[in-house]
Amino acid sequence: MAGTGKAHLRTGEDVLVSVEDLVVEFPCGRGRTVKAVSGISFDIRSGETLGLVGESGCGKSTTGRAIIQLPRPTSGSVVFRGVDLADLSDEEIRQRRTHIQMIFQDPISSLNPRRTVGEIVAEPLRVWGPSDADEQKAIVDRMLDAVGVDPDAARDKRPHEFSGGQCQRISIARSLVVGPDLLICDEPVSALDVSVQAQILNLLEDLKAEYGLTMVFIAHDLAVVKNISDRVAVMYLGKLCEVAGPDTLYAEAAHPYTDLLLGSVPKPDPTVEIDESLVDDGELPSPINPPSGCRFRTRCDRATDVCSAEEPKMRAVDDEHFVACHHPLVAVAG
Amino acid sequence: MADNVAGSPLLEVDDLRTTFTIPAGDVKAVRGVSFSLEQGRTLGIVGESGSGKTVLARSIMRLNLGSNVTTTGTAAFNGSDVLTRSPGEMRELWGTEMAMVFQDPMTSLNPLVRVQRQVTEHLCRHLNLNRAEARQAAVDLLREVRIPDPETRLRSFPHELSGGMRQRVCIAVALACEPSLLFADEPTTALDVTVQHQILNLLSREQTDREMAMVLVTHDLGVVAGRTDDTMVMYAGTVVEHAPTASLFADMRHPYSEALMRSIPRTSLPSHTRLAAITGRPPDLIDPPSGCAFSPRCPYVQDQCVNEEPPLVETDDPAHRLACWTPVGSPEARAAFEKNLAAGLQQAVAVDISAAPSSTGGVDG
Repeated sequence: MAGTGKAHLRTGEDVLVSVEDLVVEFPCGRGRTVKAVSGISFDIRSGETLGLVGESGCGKSTTGRAIIQLPRPTSGSVVFRGVDLADLSDEEIRQRRTHIQMIFQDPISSLNPRRTVGEIVAEPLRVWGPSDADEQKAIVDRMLDAVGVDPDAARDKRPHEFSGGQCQRISIARSLVVGPDLLICDEPVSALDVSVQAQILNLLEDLKAEYGLTMVFIAHDLAVVKNISDRVAVMYLGKLCEVAGPDTLYAEAAHPYTDLLLGSVPKPDPTVEIDESLVDDGELPSPINPPSGCRFRTRCDRATDVCSAEEPKMRAVDDEHFVACHHPLVAVAG
Repeated sequence: MADNVAGSPLLEVDDLRTTFTIPAGDVKAVRGVSFSLEQGRTLGIVGESGSGKTVLARSIMRLNLGSNVTTTGTAAFNGSDVLTRSPGEMRELWGTEMAMVFQDPMTSLNPLVRVQRQVTEHLCRHLNLNRAEARQAAVDLLREVRIPDPETRLRSFPHELSGGMRQRVCIAVALACEPSLLFADEPTTALDVTVQHQILNLLSREQTDREMAMVLVTHDLGVVAGRTDDTMVMYAGTVVEHAPTASLFADMRHPYSEALMRSIPRTSLPSHTRLAAITGRPPDLIDPPSGCAFSPRCPYVQDQCVNEEPPLVETDDPAHRLACWTPVGSPEARAAFEKNLAAGLQQAVAVDISAAPSSTGGVDG
């Protein structure tokens, strides 16, 4: 997998974010670099939720952070509302961060334990919002209420007095208080219990409709991603494998890696036969020295010589379904 | 309690209660659990965080350390109660008779000790092998849990291994002295989905090959579905439903089991399906609610549920045990639901806007 190529990119005025040839590398001593993200391209339409899914270490979180230039990518462009963020100065980026906000995986450690919930949610307003304290307080209360936290009970408490689910609601309130267009959710429900996970997923869907948000939803749980996304991109070792609408992707996966991921999801149904043969005992190769050609070939049972020699390009299965594979599981033209 | 089949069970737990005394009061983490497990069977224990599933496993293993823990009841392993044994007597059981695989493979291995010594430690102690024999046994074990290049890996420190490899080492350690009962406490929660599949395959293969009994503790209904013979659903320190896995999934009778099932996103459902979240929060175990502990969150709640605690009793199927006054699908449950919905009860409304409650409690694909 390996996919480079831009066949899956769309044109039109409603594209809010367009990422092209994004590369993020981290030096790791002795002249070596960790190639976390190696040239991926994707775009997000206004009002769309893009799901980014893959195993740990595939670069999905790094991609999400590169969109808000945290840290700045090694190369590639991130065009947000027609402006390439990579060209902007730090101060200009800072100005634009009100439009792009992020929520993190661990809700408890992403909130300052020494501050009250009221202060935490008001913090972005102190920088960007109205200077009037009463007005700030009104916005904070309205936002806490919108995420399902009682403002009067919560305002003067500190994060440790809340459960994980409540803390995640508070960090969602903090991110939405400045009225962003794009919300990057980095594994927002992975640390939560199943029953709480459902509450947060429903809340994100409601808020998306209410505030007209565009979202990037990063997760390793394929069922969660399917539930919330309008388009899903599967990543492997810094590359994109497959991009499709969720219902298509899960019904007819074209990439062997997508198929492996889907086959690994435990199904809550004892009548489903467990496929013992499906999963290799393979592991993710090192991103310091990734395999040549298609990066998935070391774990792929369909791999041939062409896979190690040549990196597959994104090709269209149909209008909404793209795959980067030399030997896809469904027929691909050209 | 009911025994499903004849023959003496390997593990028989009766009215086990574990309480932690903290300054704020007594946390009743396990509140009267009884079950039995036959040789060679797998039992899945499912529940949310704080439902007492891990504390239950650790109580039977006698791993709840500290002077503030009180465990009462009996847990008869091969006919003798482990709860009354001295720590020295427990040490003879650990590893050889019962073993445990923990959730976090990084913190359950000693970071300063190479894999070899961690695997061979109890081989030498319990089986009286000399160093060379123990090393060979360790190589065989690592090969069995499918660690590539086991000779080299024996010299590795835990931080040099990936999460999946570390969990394989932990499994090798647990299996080294051929225990007859293995507790796997959320063994795959910290792992990726593909690695999870590998580790679960490994555990079920080992369990079958060794005819070992296994208790698989997890919060994921998907994990127990294909891999256990029986499933026990726990809530607030009690067992609310206990049945053969196939019949539990075919016919979920307890409102909590049903609610758990409804709240998980599934790949078989279309995108943007509204999930039926369980409203409210798990109860405070210092001062648990009267009656059924799930009643404050249950869409079928009625007066009896608040006043009287339902006992865990057999249903029309003797293997299917249930603790509920208004089982899912019963006429009383339907009536109670209509009444709660009309009264605007939050939990009933939440279920109603997601999906109409299924009349059978059955589970679709």
